[in-house]
Amino acid sequence: MPGFTEVGLWLQVYREMLAIRLFEERVHDLYRRGKMPGLAHLYIGQEAVAVGVCRALRPDDYITSTHRGHGHCLAKGAAPDRMFAELLGKAPGYCRGKGGSMHIADPDSGNLGANAIVAGSTGIATGAALAAKMRGSDQVAVCFFGEGALGQGILYEVMNMAALWRLPVIYVCENNLYTEYTHYTETTAGEPAARPAAFGIPVQEVDGQDVRAVYAAATAAVQRARAGEGPGFLLCHTYRYLGHHVGDVDRSYRSREEEERWRRERDPLQLLSSWLTAQGLAERSVFERMEEEVRRELEGALAFALDAPYPEAEEVARHVYA
Amino acid sequence: MPSAAAIPPASSAAREITFAQAVREALAEEMRRDPRVFIIGEDVAEAGTPFKVLSGLVQEFGPQRVIDSPISEAGITGIATGAAVVGMRPVVDIMFGDFITLAMDQIANQAAKVHYMSGGKLRVPLVVRTTLGATRRSAAQHSQSLHAWVSHIPGLKVALPSTPYDAKGLLKSAIRDDNPVIFFEDKMMYTLRGPVPEEEYTIPLGVADVKRPGTDLTMVATSSMVQVALAAAEALAAEGISVEVVDPRTTVPLDRETLVASARKTGRALVLDEGYEQYGVTAELAAVIAEGAFYHLEAPVRRMGAMHVPIPFSPVLEDLTVPTVERVVAVARELVAAT
Ligand SMILES: Cc1ncc(C[n+]2csc(CCOP(=O)(O)OP(=O)(O)O)c2C)c(N)n1
Repeated sequence: MPGFTEVGLWLQVYREMLAIRLFEERVHDLYRRGKMPGLAHLYIGQEAVAVGVCRALRPDDYITSTHRGHGHCLAKGAAPDRMFAELLGKAPGYCRGKGGSMHIADPDSGNLGANAIVAGSTGIATGAALAAKMRGSDQVAVCFFGEGALGQGILYEVMNMAALWRLPVIYVCENNLYTEYTHYTETTAGEPAARPAAFGIPVQEVDGQDVRAVYAAATAAVQRARAGEGPGFLLCHTYRYLGHHVGDVDRSYRSREEEERWRRERDPLQLLSSWLTAQGLAERSVFERMEEEVRRELEGALAFALDAPYPEAEEVARHVYA
Repeated sequence: MPSAAAIPPASSAAREITFAQAVREALAEEMRRDPRVFIIGEDVAEAGTPFKVLSGLVQEFGPQRVIDSPISEAGITGIATGAAVVGMRPVVDIMFGDFITLAMDQIANQAAKVHYMSGGKLRVPLVVRTTLGATRRSAAQHSQSLHAWVSHIPGLKVALPSTPYDAKGLLKSAIRDDNPVIFFEDKMMYTLRGPVPEEEYTIPLGVADVKRPGTDLTMVATSSMVQVALAAAEALAAEGISVEVVDPRTTVPLDRETLVASARKTGRALVLDEGYEQYGVTAELAAVIAEGAFYHLEAPVRRMGAMHVPIPFSPVLEDLTVPTVERVVAVARELVAAT
């Protein structure tokens, strides 16, 4: 029977997933109203992976992220106000408005950056793990990527070295079924899990909608990596509810029934809140109150970002070189 | 002002070492000075690379700091980028310059972009050492000079040493620099000997060097072409033509002032580089001179680079593809004759 602190943990986890969900809904809304420039790749539906994994990390552990990175950044500790500012191209954004949705980096929370090249940050995460090992620290690095990265050679180059050198890096593959507009079975031969296994990297397959399962698997992989036992690989089965990006509205490559089924039966927020209520650990009203609070916080964060100034013109030529 | 750093102190001018030794000394000294510096690449440890440039380093620093990697150019460049982002100072060895193509995403989209995309929060103190240069009869996949590729990308610095002295001083600066620096060593020059002082020195990136003063014609030459230009200048001196040889030493940052000042002084300029001429480094250097010295020029700027062909194997063919002393002398004569 979970004790009081464990309830606290799961409520906190719920709150973080909810914050990602509502942040993303806000982004979606802004985009549809033409208030946000560029593209955004929304993470709605996959919240349990980011939160389950990042909860298993310390603040000084590293992550790298992808084009679908808002959830990872928030889960690792980024603040919504500065994230909104970055998404709007405003000066107080995490990257002074020069990175945008796909490049949020926040070294203070261990986030080495989201990356718009599929598999592009797999080297960076592995290198951060190499550095941690060389310095004798017990930090670990987590590398988030979609199953599309399984088609990129660099992933195999760096997994080979991570396994050879027992680097403290955890590869987190979020298989949301579609690599852009194509079902992954049309792009990925054989079993995804067999690929890291070929390097001798232990693979854990998890239900990516069940945050408790993700958290447990991540905790085990992090412990192994911290203890010097080398890399791990989490294969998380998940689903993105919306289009590949905010402009992908008709989604002709999949059915509305499929989407409905995932939302109804496999929603990470519902799964956790149902479990908490079924166990008698929380009342429904707790979640309603929480939602009000988070909404209010996000409104404040967004107001900050909307009011914030754009960067000065001289910003364009700054930080080309250090 | 700019070329002062290039003059070796008289006290140690006597010591001559090879280009390869100069590179090795720079690495060893920086590794002793800073425990964050490490080397990663294919066959860098026991083998010391195919050119033996790194021989002996693993004995001093151990396999944890001189790391033999799999044949994974993209992987090691990416890993080094990540290590640099969290505070290490890696030096990646890419065996042949032709193979930077395999690491190009990591170089151009990752290492070069991280600092800017993060709004200045992250830095990439990375050095990628690799080679350039033809005339080793190595054929098309081992003979290219691809420094224009990386010079094109904002965020990267690009060094092209032409002497042992410059190689040592520039490499030390590259390792201490907080940016990714791509460092090209001409594989024909590894055995070139030259004066290198025993004392510590560095050469700032972005400062050109006048390798030979002259009054009639400026030759701007990079890397291996500096030696060609110096030999051509010697031959032309016998004909009474005084050639000034200017070596930018780094294409990024580029010391425009020194190039332009020399062209203004002599009134004629010939640009030499071993990269492909088409859309290459010569075009940029010639444009800089044309923009800065146009009204001082007595003839159009000329340029000579590699022919626009894959470098062939046969010696008689290969030698046609890159500027040689004879051809440089011939073009220089035409330039001086023109009014
Ligand atoms: C190297 C590269 N090729 C193509 C693209 C274009 N692209 C962006 S996201 C994407 C699909 C990625 O699918 P996946 O890795 O499964 O991640 P998901 O979008 O499902 O989160 C593609 C092809 C890219 N960004 N990088």
